[in-house]
Amino acid sequence: MKITPEQVRHVAELANLALTDSEIERMSHDLDEILTHMDKLNELDTSNVEPMAQVLYAAPETATLRDDRERPPLGNAEALKNAPLAGAGYYKVPRVIDRG
Amino acid sequence: MTTIDSIRAGLLARKFSAGELAVQAIAHAQSENLKTNAFLAFSPERALLTALEVDKKIAQGEDPGALAGVPIAIKDVILTKGVRTTCASRLLERYIPPYDATAVARIEQAGGVIIGKTNCDEFAMGSSNENSAFGPVRNPVALDRVPGGSSGGSAAAVAQGSVVLALGSDTGGSIRQPASFCGVVGVTPTYGRVSRYGLTAFASSLDHIGPFSRSVRDSAMLLRVIAGRDEMDATSALAPVPDYTAALDGNIRGMNIGVPREYFEGLESETGDLVHQAIDVLKNLGANIRDIELPHTPYAIATYYVIATAEASSNLARYDGVRYTTRVPGETLTDMYRRTRGEGFGAECKRRIMLGTYVLSAGYYDAYYLKAQKVRAMIARDYAQAFESVDAIVAPVSPFPAFKLGEKVNDPVAMYLSDIFTITGDLAGVPCMSVPCGATRGGLPVGLQVISNHFNEAAMFRVADAYQRASNPQAASNSQQAIPQ
Repeated sequence: MKITPEQVRHVAELANLALTDSEIERMSHDLDEILTHMDKLNELDTSNVEPMAQVLYAAPETATLRDDRERPPLGNAEALKNAPLAGAGYYKVPRVIDRG
Repeated sequence: MTTIDSIRAGLLARKFSAGELAVQAIAHAQSENLKTNAFLAFSPERALLTALEVDKKIAQGEDPGALAGVPIAIKDVILTKGVRTTCASRLLERYIPPYDATAVARIEQAGGVIIGKTNCDEFAMGSSNENSAFGPVRNPVALDRVPGGSSGGSAAAVAQGSVVLALGSDTGGSIRQPASFCGVVGVTPTYGRVSRYGLTAFASSLDHIGPFSRSVRDSAMLLRVIAGRDEMDATSALAPVPDYTAALDGNIRGMNIGVPREYFEGLESETGDLVHQAIDVLKNLGANIRDIELPHTPYAIATYYVIATAEASSNLARYDGVRYTTRVPGETLTDMYRRTRGEGFGAECKRRIMLGTYVLSAGYYDAYYLKAQKVRAMIARDYAQAFESVDAIVAPVSPFPAFKLGEKVNDPVAMYLSDIFTITGDLAGVPCMSVPCGATRGGLPVGLQVISNHFNEAAMFRVADAYQRASNPQAASNSQQAIPQ
């Protein structure tokens, strides 16, 4: 086993995902299979290879910086239009800080 | 065949108006949708506004734009201001974007008429379009089969004749594989060639927007419109965008075309035969066909599913019930996050979020994520070395043609392995495309993949167009004959 149901529960917490017991069971099986396939990477000696995080092209260091000029923002009302719950110009969420 | 050129000719000759074409295209798409489910939404107001603008320009003798009056469908992971954009997810069922993707804005500036949003796998995660929260798309060529994924709706919309062009997105084969399954052209440009502004992020270092069409020429013309630097996407490239149609003269004499031996292992025999026949056509056109090696190909799937899921787990963190329309209430903030995400995401998205979170978590980062980034560099180096001796590479797109709905749905690893031939192109960031190269005895389309070096889409289009002219002159035609559906 590359991954146990307990580890799956821990990862689900890290990912903020509520999973049912049957989902945990299925997930343990699937992730185990996928991680086993990923072991294939260990066949390769990568000790002298620099990691590639992004496709990069030669360009002057500041070539992709835009001009620093003012532009109209989206606007508060427009930005909040898709909020599940908004009020007083903000997103509303369950209480986080208890003022006592 | 209806093409960008034939529509332009028809409009200028006043044989039909852009408004009429738009109405016709939407009606066609709506009636086909009962069979294929290719569209998730239609945008008639927006389509007519653009179409009427085109008609006005023509009436006044002004240039109506490079895509004048052409009906176009947009994959539902690409934002359209005021037109619902769901990413085929329950989580975004009611999401109305407040802005347009740059590619969408450029299409409309060029007179392209956006008629609707196409179905896809949820957040572009899948190879069969079966992961859509709004039901799968059926392949117009064979309704009991998948159209491929994740851009299955865009491929189907072109294949069923509702639109001339469509936009899709490709992170690990999501344009080329459905193009091959549905028998249309699909193009993944160089990474950074097309701005990702307004493309819902899946794996940012791998995401591309690209065209679908019937003719190679039409995809080349659409790419020219959407490509080029955009200051809203810092990874969009500064490289100038040439007129790709200049490369479409059918002449590939003396070009060096590589055939990677690793791409002919594990193929279904009919698929292999059709690809070999296509390579013979290129040879007969005067190309020098050479055997080459891309030796790290067998590691591509593992590399991809580490990197793509790691990036996805971070990109999808934003769907937390605070900003994007759907919330499942909870006692605490964390409770609300977890329930919203647990109920909102489909099974494949959850699997990838979990995998990505795992490979990035303490103790596993070096073993998986860093390791995969190093193997990615080796895969990119394979291509760099190959392009020292060849101008283009040809290979199959998929090991097999369209499979039946439900056939692979319970086996995620088998589903992932079906992307074996398309994933290396995304990892290296090179331009690659699928062009139809015939059908199996059962009538299922097969695609030939053409790959070229960074920013040299012209070489890729040259090879694909020459092949299409030689094998299917009608599809390649830029005839001025106007025959809308």
